[in-house]
Amino acid sequence: MPFWVELIGSVLVLLGGFFVLMGSIGLVKMPDFYMRLHTPTKATTLGMGAILIASMFLVSYSQKGLSAHELLITIFLFITAPVSAMMMAKTGLHYHVKLHKGTSNRYLADIAKQRQSPPD
Amino acid sequence: MLEISLSIATGMVMIALVLNLWRLFHGPDKPDRILALDTMYINSIALILLFGLFMGTAIYFEAALMIAMLGFVSTAALCKYLLRGDIIE
Repeated sequence: MPFWVELIGSVLVLLGGFFVLMGSIGLVKMPDFYMRLHTPTKATTLGMGAILIASMFLVSYSQKGLSAHELLITIFLFITAPVSAMMMAKTGLHYHVKLHKGTSNRYLADIAKQRQSPPD
Repeated sequence: MLEISLSIATGMVMIALVLNLWRLFHGPDKPDRILALDTMYINSIALILLFGLFMGTAIYFEAALMIAMLGFVSTAALCKYLLRGDIIE
């Protein structure tokens, strides 16, 4: 492989590993369930995007043709991450998981908990 | 250079998996444990992709796609079970 291909691949892979690690450190360090929900759904998804772009780039170069598997995984992850985050937040509200004591606008939690899907 | 950076990134993802495992055991509530499992399957997709890059084959991408789909379905099923007490009503 030429130098510039390895350089772009290495930078993207290291960036992806860094953001995945940041997501998990946030999952351990954050004080509250609703704050912990942020880091895996934002930082980890960004890191996965960087790793998948690096993988797509390197495989496309070594196979001398566009590789579309990683694009499929990227689209699937980017669609499902907000959906699963919303379902987990709703589960936390349903289970009365404690809010952090500095949380403002607490009355919105009850409104979000009572919200139903619209009728047909 | 690529092999060194792939090794460093694999080490980072492994540390991330260990931290997720800590949250899975320690998590004070049930939604915390679901969140830790959700993060663990995304990190395992990253680990499989890095292993496929390291080996230089494209076989592992189907496995990563399977883990992505089944992981989302399992997260949705666990959340639905905790929310409603039943998965398919």
